Formats: sequence, structure tokens, C-alpha cells
Amino acid sequence: MTTDAAETVDAVAVSPAADPGFLQRYGTSVEYILIPGAALIAALAVFGLFVFLFGKNPLNLYYYMYQGAFGTWFSWQNSLTRAAPLILTALCTALPAQLGMVIIGGEGALLIGALAATGAALALPSAPHLVVQFAMVCAGMLGGGLWIMLSGGLRQYRGVNETISSLLLVYIALAILNHLVEGPMRDPASLNKPSTPEIGAANMIGSIPGTDVHWGLLFGVIAAVASYILIYRTTFGFAARVAGGNIRAARIVGLNVGRLIMTICFLAGASAGLAGMVEVAAVEGRANANLAAGYGFTGILVAFLARQNPLAIIPVAIVLGGISASGGLLQRRLGLPDASVQVLQGIIFVFVLASDALYGRIGFLKGKT
Amino acid sequence: MNFRRADFRSITRRHLLQGGAALTLGSALGVRTAAAADMTIGFIYVGSRDDYGYNQAHAQGAAAVKKMAGVSVLEEEKVPETDAVEKTMESMINLDGASLLFPTSFGYYNPHVLKMAAKYPKAHFEHCGGLWTDKDPQNAGSYFGYIDEAQYISGIVAGHMTKSGKLGFVAAKPIPQVLRNINAFTLGARLANPKATTQVIFTGDWSMPVKEAEATNSLIDQGVDVLTCHVDGPKTVVENAARRGAMVCGYHCGQSALAPKAYLTGAEWNWEALYPKFVKMIQAGEKIPNFYRGGLKEEIVKCSPYGEMVSAEARKHADDVKAKLMGGDYTIFAGPIADNKGKTVIASGTNQGQKDPELEKMDYLVEGVLGATS
Repeated sequence: MTTDAAETVDAVAVSPAADPGFLQRYGTSVEYILIPGAALIAALAVFGLFVFLFGKNPLNLYYYMYQGAFGTWFSWQNSLTRAAPLILTALCTALPAQLGMVIIGGEGALLIGALAATGAALALPSAPHLVVQFAMVCAGMLGGGLWIMLSGGLRQYRGVNETISSLLLVYIALAILNHLVEGPMRDPASLNKPSTPEIGAANMIGSIPGTDVHWGLLFGVIAAVASYILIYRTTFGFAARVAGGNIRAARIVGLNVGRLIMTICFLAGASAGLAGMVEVAAVEGRANANLAAGYGFTGILVAFLARQNPLAIIPVAIVLGGISASGGLLQRRLGLPDASVQVLQGIIFVFVLASDALYGRIGFLKGKT
Repeated sequence: MNFRRADFRSITRRHLLQGGAALTLGSALGVRTAAAADMTIGFIYVGSRDDYGYNQAHAQGAAAVKKMAGVSVLEEEKVPETDAVEKTMESMINLDGASLLFPTSFGYYNPHVLKMAAKYPKAHFEHCGGLWTDKDPQNAGSYFGYIDEAQYISGIVAGHMTKSGKLGFVAAKPIPQVLRNINAFTLGARLANPKATTQVIFTGDWSMPVKEAEATNSLIDQGVDVLTCHVDGPKTVVENAARRGAMVCGYHCGQSALAPKAYLTGAEWNWEALYPKFVKMIQAGEKIPNFYRGGLKEEIVKCSPYGEMVSAEARKHADDVKAKLMGGDYTIFAGPIADNKGKTVIASGTNQGQKDPELEKMDYLVEGVLGATS
């Protein structure tokens, strides 16, 4: 999604006499920052107007949003904690998007990953905690990965639309979670809140030292960077993008599209499964219905806002984490209902999608010509 | 305005907005001094505060606290039972200076309230659910009410009013608290009409409006003419039942406004009485017991006022039993009680009073309930 070598060479070749212009060289990259940024600002302006119509001062609104999301160290940690699961679940949509697939079932992979990770921890009651944690990571990723592979397989071998199947698999995952938590895996002592037994305090992965942001954030950043490298810097990623661009051409040049689909779906599900593992090992300490908190669905929004770019997912998740962190302050200080944050998310979504039309049309940013 | 009062505590904000918000700042100085002595209390809800149900009942309690002197109240709704609620509690403490918090959803307690209570030993946490044990932090507490007493009264009224003898119960999950409500409602109904039966339908989760509507319709199609429920927002059941011409008993908070012609009575939380009581205890420097429970007598639960259509006979019967419960010398779960498979669950001569821990583990449906726990 960036300018890359060809364009740079081009620009260098042309530039000696003409003004070498930063924009000329990096125009397309700048576009990718400027246009979504402008869309975000426009969305905030519209939201301000909306809030003004409800008789609240928009300046207060912006100030509280800033304070609640990034105004203090506490607020930063609040935003980052909320961003952590979103980075991982967004990858579940962004990776298959490279192949032109629209997978929206990250929530299901998260739940299955969380269940698998809990199962792994409970199966190893006396193992050293590092072993348990490693087993939980593997189980979570495997569980989530296989779950999304189901959608990939249905699409590749049975022609089932992957968007529908991945969404429906969310409800199946939820039913499996409820069944296991209320039945076979239930801790008999969890009377009014059916839950599995706890994985034990020693097996919890805790927070990044010096913060109270859990390790899920680091997992997310690593997964996002690794995905970026995989997609843009490896032949495998190149093959995936070719298949995403034109699946027939990919087949003609001899790419194994089936394997590409299955691998990418596995990786996508694995990252959402890892998010589920983190929810168990860093937050809840056990599996129960609390896990179905909608991170998988918000991840779809993050992936689309990031235009399916794995690196862009990181800042977008932090911005959305910040919006949700500031939501509480808006409720408390301005008396806005919770739904107002959803309204804002909706406005941002519409603006960012609409801003797609602007790429390559802003005169001074036209790098190549 | 409570919100504004909270606003002006932050000096940095005033600096930043001096230009833009000059108008509003004019009124700030006077309020700020008053606010300095206030106790800031935060209420956290898992759903919307106007859900005509679980969360609205708590919001009514918060509204009662707002009327007290020397307090300022913060509210946040739709906070999920994840680390989001930890951040909400911390945010109320760090950014708003809250010293007393009411995280009102059952699933907030373990691990979230416990974690925050250990992290902020100076703040006080009052959780709704009755989960505190002596291993938990001293600055955390958990309260709950024996709302099955009010369900029992609803049952008596329902038993008198039903013509078909068929009652319906739309329930979320077959967990002890819910089963206890179903059983108490049925025992009450059979006190009035020994042949009455309660058909129960479990929807599987706390807030499933579509399934709740389907369950309501299907119960009425089977001849049920009085319904009640235990879900987070009874609005769907109440409105649908009324539309279909059936009668209803409410739950969580008063719903008679939704269906004045169909609403018989209901089992309500009385947080309006309890929360101000808690705040007064703290203002007076007393300690709120970490584990706090009670029923009608302790004013933690109450019954909705009777609807106009409730017969004099039903009112009298219900009032009599209510008086006995208020007097504290009445046991709902008094043996012999058999479950709906014919097995004796409470032996003859055994009285399981409200505080009996056996009732907390309830896993059966009493005779007269049509349905199964799994």
C-alpha cells in the first residue's frame, strides 16, 4: 500500500531539475495519512455539531475526549488497554482481506481461542507457569486458527460465502462457550455466574512492567508488524496479494490459491484466538460469558478504518480505544448517553469510507505525474 | 446540575478553555467551593439506565442519592463485565475523585472489583450480588436482596387472578437465583390456587428481547394468562403480554406505566431506600457490613402497588402474607416440598429460612412448574 521502490526510482530520475519536492516523492504516502486524518477531523466536527444540538458545549466535548483518552498517563493506559484486543481481532479481518475475503467472524475465533486456552491451562494443573502460559498461547492460536479455517475451507472447497459463514460461526462459538461453561467445564462453585474453574493466579500473564496495560498490547503490536512483513515483504505475501487482485491470474501463474486461503485464514483466526487467550490469562482468569464483549466486532471496524493495512491497525486501534476510554467521561461530565460514542464511531466510519473517493484526486499530492 | 458541579473541579481544564467557555465559567466559582466538601459517588450499570429493569432499578437508587446533601453523583451505563469496568472505576477515582463506588452488575465482582479494591484501599466499593467472603478486601462489600419474597407475593396475586390456572415465567438462565424466583412465584400461586401451574421458558441470556417476545407469545398461545419474568429488561415481556390481553407481574422495577391495564403487581428492588442508607452510614463514619442482605422487612425489596383490576380477595391474601414476611416469622421454603419430578427436596418439618445457605444452591424446580433446568 505504499509507494515502494519503483516510484522512488521514478521520482529520483525525474527530479534533478524540477523542484525535488517532498510531496512529489512521498505524495501517495502522505495521502494515506492526510486523508484519514482529515476524515477523522471532519467526523469529530460533525459529532460536535450533533452534541451542540443537544445543548452541550462542543469545546467541552473535545476537551473531555482528549482528557479521557490521552490527557493523563492514566488515560493513556486506559486507551491502550482497550486497544490491545482490537489490534489482534482487527488482524482477523485485515489478513483475509489481502486475498479479497471479507471475514467478520473474529469474535467467534476469540471465544474459541479463549476456551482452548482455558482448557489447556486446566489440563496442566501442576506444570510450571511458563509451560502453562506457552501452552495457552499455542492452544488459543490453534483454536482460533482452525475456527477461521473452517470459513476459509467452506469458501474454497464448498463455495460458501465466507462473510456469512464466519458471522454464523460466531453464534456457534457462543453456543459452544455457553454450553461448556454451563455444563462440562463448569466450576460447581460458580453458582450464579456459570464459569470454568480459575486458571490460577500464578498462570496469569500480568501487565507490562511499569504500567497496568496487559501484555496483549505487545502481542498485538508484534502480530501486526509480523503480518505487515509477511504481506508486503515476503513472496508468500506477494502471492496472497496477487490472488487477492485477480484470482484467475493467480491460478494461471500456478499459485496454490487453496493453500494461500487456508494459511491466511489460519493466521487470521490465530490472532483473534490469541486475543481470547489474553482475555483469559490477563483479565478474567477463567472463561465465562464475559468473554463475549464484542471485541471481535469492533475489530472489523478497526480493520476497515485501517484500510486493511496491518501496520495502520495499530494507531487506528489506539484511536478507537481512546474514543471508548473517553466515552465514560462524556457520560459522566456531559450527561451524554452511552450511545453517543457509537454515534461517533458510526460517523467516523462513514467519513473514512467516503474519503476513499479522494485518493489520487488531490492535486498537490499527485506524486507520480 | 450535578454534571456541571463535577466539571469545575479541574483547574487545567479552566486554563485550556478560558477563551472558549468564558460564559459557563462565570458560574463556576460559587459551585466549586460547595463541591469541595462533597463525597463523590459513582454508579456503574451494565445496561442502559432506562431499561425498565435491572439497571433502571439501580439508577432510581442513584437518583435518590442525588437528592441528598453533600454528595455528587456520577453515572456510567453500558459498561461491560471486562477490564472496561476496572478502567471505569479507576477513571471515576482518578479523574473525578470518587470515594464510593457502586458497580452494580453481578459479573463485575470477580476479578474486577476485587482487583480495584486491592489497588485503591482508600476507596469503598459496594457491589450488588452478595458475593463478599471474608477472604476479600475489607473496603469491598457486596449486598443483595431476597427478592423471592416479593416474587412469592406476586405469585399469590397471580394465583388469584388467573382464569386458566396457567401461569408463565420467562427466565434467563437456570441458575440458583432465577430458580428460586420461579419456585417462590409458583409456591405463592399454589397457595392461592393449588391447581395452578407455571410454565417456564429459559431464553439462555440476560438480554434477548427477540427470544423474550417469542417466549411470551408461545406461553400465551398455550393458554397462559398471567406472566412474569426474570430477565434484565422485562419491558418486552410486559408490553407483549399486555398487547396479547394477558396479565403480568413485573420484575426489577415498576413497569405499570408500560401496561397500566395488565399490570397486577411486581417484585421490585428497593435501592431507593438502601443506597441513601449506605451513604448516610458512610457520612456518619459507620462501617457498612461487608455482607449485607435482607428482604421486604429490611426494605431491600418491595412489591409494586396493585393494579386496579386486582380483586379484593387477592389483595387481602397477599397483604396478609406480606405482613407475616415483614414480621419475620414466615418461611417460604418450608417442607415438605417436592420437585417437579416427584423427588422430595425439602423434607417435612425442615424450614429453610431466607438465610439458609442451601437455598443459594437451588438446582430444582418445585412441583407445579412445567419445564426443566437443563
